[in-house]
Parts: sequence; structure tokens; C-alpha cells
Amino acid sequence: MSTNLADPQRLATPPTFQAVSVSRRIKNGIATGLVWGAFLIAVIPLVWVLYTVIQRGFPVILDGDWWQKSMSGLLARQQGGGAYHAIYGTLVQGLVCAVISVPIGIMIAIYLVEYGGRSKLAKATTFMVDILTGVPSIVAALFVYTVWITYFGLGRSALAVSLALVLLMVPVIVRTTEEMLKIVPDELREASYALGIPKWKTIVKIVIPTALSGILTGIMLALARVMGETAPVLVLAAYAPFINYNLFDGPMASLPLMMVNERNNPTQAGFERIWGAAITLVVLITLFNLLATVISRALAPKTK
Amino acid sequence: MNDPVVAKRPAGSGDTGTERGVAAAHTASEAPIPPTPEASATTKAPHVRPGDRIFRGLATGSGVFIVVLIGAIGLFLILQAIPSLGLDNVNFLTSREWNTTDPTNLRFGILDLTLVTVVVALLALLIAMPIALGIALFLTQYAPRNLARPFAYVVDLLAAVPSIVFGLWGLFVLGPVLFPFSEWLIENLGWIPLLAKGNVNVQLGGTIFTAGIVVAVMILPIITAVSREVFERTPTMHIEGAIALGATKWEVVRTTVLPFGKAGYVSASMLGLGRALGETIAVAIILSTATSAFGWSLFDGGSTFASKIALAAPEFNDPRSAGAYIAAGLVLFVLTFVVNAIARSIVAGHKEYE
Repeated sequence: MSTNLADPQRLATPPTFQAVSVSRRIKNGIATGLVWGAFLIAVIPLVWVLYTVIQRGFPVILDGDWWQKSMSGLLARQQGGGAYHAIYGTLVQGLVCAVISVPIGIMIAIYLVEYGGRSKLAKATTFMVDILTGVPSIVAALFVYTVWITYFGLGRSALAVSLALVLLMVPVIVRTTEEMLKIVPDELREASYALGIPKWKTIVKIVIPTALSGILTGIMLALARVMGETAPVLVLAAYAPFINYNLFDGPMASLPLMMVNERNNPTQAGFERIWGAAITLVVLITLFNLLATVISRALAPKTK
Repeated sequence: MNDPVVAKRPAGSGDTGTERGVAAAHTASEAPIPPTPEASATTKAPHVRPGDRIFRGLATGSGVFIVVLIGAIGLFLILQAIPSLGLDNVNFLTSREWNTTDPTNLRFGILDLTLVTVVVALLALLIAMPIALGIALFLTQYAPRNLARPFAYVVDLLAAVPSIVFGLWGLFVLGPVLFPFSEWLIENLGWIPLLAKGNVNVQLGGTIFTAGIVVAVMILPIITAVSREVFERTPTMHIEGAIALGATKWEVVRTTVLPFGKAGYVSASMLGLGRALGETIAVAIILSTATSAFGWSLFDGGSTFASKIALAAPEFNDPRSAGAYIAAGLVLFVLTFVVNAIARSIVAGHKEYE
């Protein structure tokens, strides 16, 4: 004991902060490694898919004809032609779907945020929007098939596809719009009411414009998502290798449908068309995503 | 979570006192103004402007519309499926047969479809769950603050890739790459029923194994996004308390973030399962059609509900044959409805996530 007392390094009490034990440090290291690894694993398929699409599709879309011509009159093994007919179909089906979905989706969000409160209907609506988010696209397509084709006896058309896409687009729009409306400060509403402005005018002229950038971003993202949907076009529209501008009648191509169709074509031309259509679809979706970013930047509420 | 039962406004933005909550709940009022004496006098006025009445009607009507819509989906599918179910010559639930080419002699059962659908979805979930947990923890706890957002964007990009592109990639690129590995598994571990030689040619890659991996990649973003949102809401006090006690990073995560976010993570995985069950075109492209029934091997082919319907859809000509597929679609609808409802109810029970 006396030697200990003489030791000038010895502390009177054991140190409060002791070094982290080896086993704890090892566990911490393993966990950190695993967590970083998980992220890297997720990046692999993304890079791999994009690389595949670009490597196989890029040479195809460099040809000017790709953007200006259809597949009309071409044999399966003949190279050449373009995807104009399919690009037109994808865009027009998506836009018609947006024209129908946007007002419905925004009105539902307005109901939930401004009118619904804690009512039973509001709860049911929120629940149903959640359920609709999870409805598989093939079920949405089958529903439109039973109503549109079996009950009303109407033919397969681009409009039927748009209607099925509406089911998939509405919940996305409701979700984003709801989030945006909720972050509009109440002071703005109250200032408007104080001036004697009716509630509906307050919503239309004050609340919506304030949230507009976020709402438009949500719409663009939703549009980008439905344009890549394949199941509805497969069930509700027949493929046409030529340009069909008529929304209400006849077969109409779209990029996913073109890919499905060309999959049965074992020739080199078919291979090129599949990956050409794939990269075109990815480019379109990327464009809409970029547009969403631009809109949200440009229209964001000015803060001093 | 993005599952608010109440249209809550951010605290502090419009709160004018305890009366505020009362006013928000009072939906019949013309304007949600705190019921100060003057204001409540105007809100209780019997006169409602016609513009308000119309707008309110439109908004409420849209809300009703969505509720009716879900009901209509179920109703129409049932109405269309019943006649075909009546004509079915085998048991719908327990038969493995699927033959609808002759409308006068329909023979269709969903046992095989159910098994393949569930096995593909579970395999995908098994792969995606740990990875998604890792990514969500990475993005909320480990990634450098200024890089977390771009990293999250990268994961969300996975959701932006159309499923048909995933399908083509799975069949033409991933399948051949997996072949040596699959072959090795079959040769060395083939005595395990799950890894036995399947009923399709492994070399083509059109197996449940390939499909499960591709679907796992596709459901990663949804599980990650929902878990991330929950993990972000871990109270800072809990985290700081753990740090103050000298916990390492991992111990902080294990003792605060994981217990807090567990329910959210389970709910996120259920949402992912719902997606996996309904995934259509990627699975339809990848899975080779098998001539024999599903034999409990990951290297079998076959069809899921969604892929069966998608592949047959262009030939829906006779309403009786189409009805058979619609009956299958109905089962899929009920399955995803139940899974999603459970996922939502798990989160709804946790007030701290709002």
C-alpha cells in the first residue's frame, strides 16, 4: 500500500470516463460497417439498371428517326423506324389522366385539411386513400375493365387506360397536396377571414397559391410514376405499330406496351426497340422529375 | 407518419390558445377562427354564403367519392367474378389447375397462384427488410448531415425506374449473372426442398429466385422511406440521454432509435409486402411459365396472381373466361387490402409518430 501512495500517477478515485471496452468498440464498428454496406448494396442495382438501359438503348435513340417515325409498315426483323407513336401514347394517356386526377385529388386534400376535421368521413377518406395507394395496378386495370368494357360495353381505348391510371394517381396527389396545405400558416387564413372573405375564396386565392409549388411538384412526380405503369395498358389498350391520335377508339401504342410487344420479337431489331423504348421511357420520367424540381424552385413562396 | 387522422396544423403557426383545438374540431363553422366572443357570433350566424356551400359540397363530395370508389372496386369485381365461379368445374380455392380456354368448361383454381405469389413476396421481403433497415438507419443516423439528402434522393430514384425496366433487367441481365450461383446452390444444397431443382430451366433465369431479388429491389424505396420518416422522429432527448451515458453510436441506435421506430418499421415492411404481392409486370416478364405445379422450390417457375392476369389480359374475349381472371384479381385485391390495412393500423396506434 505504501508503494501505491508514493505513485504520483495514481488517481484518488477511479476515472469517471473509462475507455470504451474492446467488445463494445467492435460491435460499434460492425454495426457501422453493416449500415454503410446496406446503402451501398442499394446503389448497386440502381447503377446497374441505369447502365444496362443506357448502354443498350443509347445508340438507338441517337437516330433522328426514332423521335419522328412510327413502326408502321415495318417487318419484325427490319431495323429502323421510331417510337413516335409510343411516345405520343404515353404522353397523352398520362396527360388525360392528370386532367381528371388533379381536380379530384386536390379537392379531396382540401376536404381533409380544411373541412374534414375529426369527422368519421374524414377518417374513412384518409383510410381509403391509404388503401388506394396500395391497390396493385393490375387490380385497378381489372376494375376499369369490368366497368368500362363489360358493363358499358365500350371498347378498349386510350381513355380507358387513362381512367385506370387515375386510380393510381389520385392517392399520390392527395398525399402531397395534403402535406402542402397543412404547412400553410394559419395566420394567412385568419387574416383573410378578418377581411370578411368567404372560406372558399380564402382557399382558392390564399391557401392554394401559397402551396402551389409543392402541389405542382407532387403532380409532376405522380405523372412520372403513372407513365411507367404497364399493367393498365396491357389490359386496356391494344398495341398499334402506327400512330393513332384518337383517344376514344382503336389501339394505341405506349412505351411500356411497345416493350412488351417487342419482347416476342427475337431479332436484333426487336432487341434494339425494347431497349430504345426503355431508355426513352426513363428519359421521359427523368424529364418530368426535373420539371418538378424546376417548378418547386421557381414557384416557391418568396421569403424575405 | 403521413397518416394523420386529424388535419393538424403545425403548432405555433396558428395557435392562439387552448381554444384553437376546439375551433378546428368544430367543422360546421364557416371559418376556423378562435371563438372569441365576436368571432363565435359570426360563425354561428345561420347565413352561409352560397359559394361556400357549393365549394364545401364539392370538397366533401370528393371525399365521399374515394370511399365509394374502393367499395365499387370490390363490388364490380365480385359481380363479375360470381358467374364464372358458378361455372367453375374444380374447386376455386384448392385446385392447382388453370384452364380457361374453353368457356364452356372452365377449370380454374388459385392454390398454385397463391403459393407462388406468397413465396415471391416473402423472399423479396426477406431480402429487402434488413437492407432497408440499414439504409434507413444510415440516412437518419450515420450519413454525414449534408450528404443525407442527396443519398436519400438516390434511394428514391429506385422508385422512379419503371417496373417493366426492372423486369427486362432481371430477365436479360440479372438472370444470367445469377445462373452459376443458382446452379451451385442446386448442386450442393439441393437436398433442402426450397433449393431443389425446379420445374423450369434454371439457365434461362426465369425462377422465383430471380423474381424475388428483383422485387426486393423494387420494394426497397418504400420500406426505406417509411422507416426513415419514423426514425427521424426519435425524440432528441432520448438520443442525447444515451450519448450522455456514454453509449457508442450503435448503442444509441439500439437503445433509442430502434425501440422507438420498431412499430413504424414493421408497418413499413407490411406496406412493402403489399407492393410485392401486387407487383405485376416485372414478375410477369421474369417468371417462366411452368408446365408442372409449384413444388416448393425457389427455382420453380410459375405465375403470381398479377402476372397470370397480365399475361392473359390481351386475350380477354369471353366474359366467362375473363371472369376467372377477375376472380383471381379479387383475391389479390382482398389480400393487399388486408395487408395494407394492418400496416396502417399498426401506425395509427402510435400517437408519437404523428
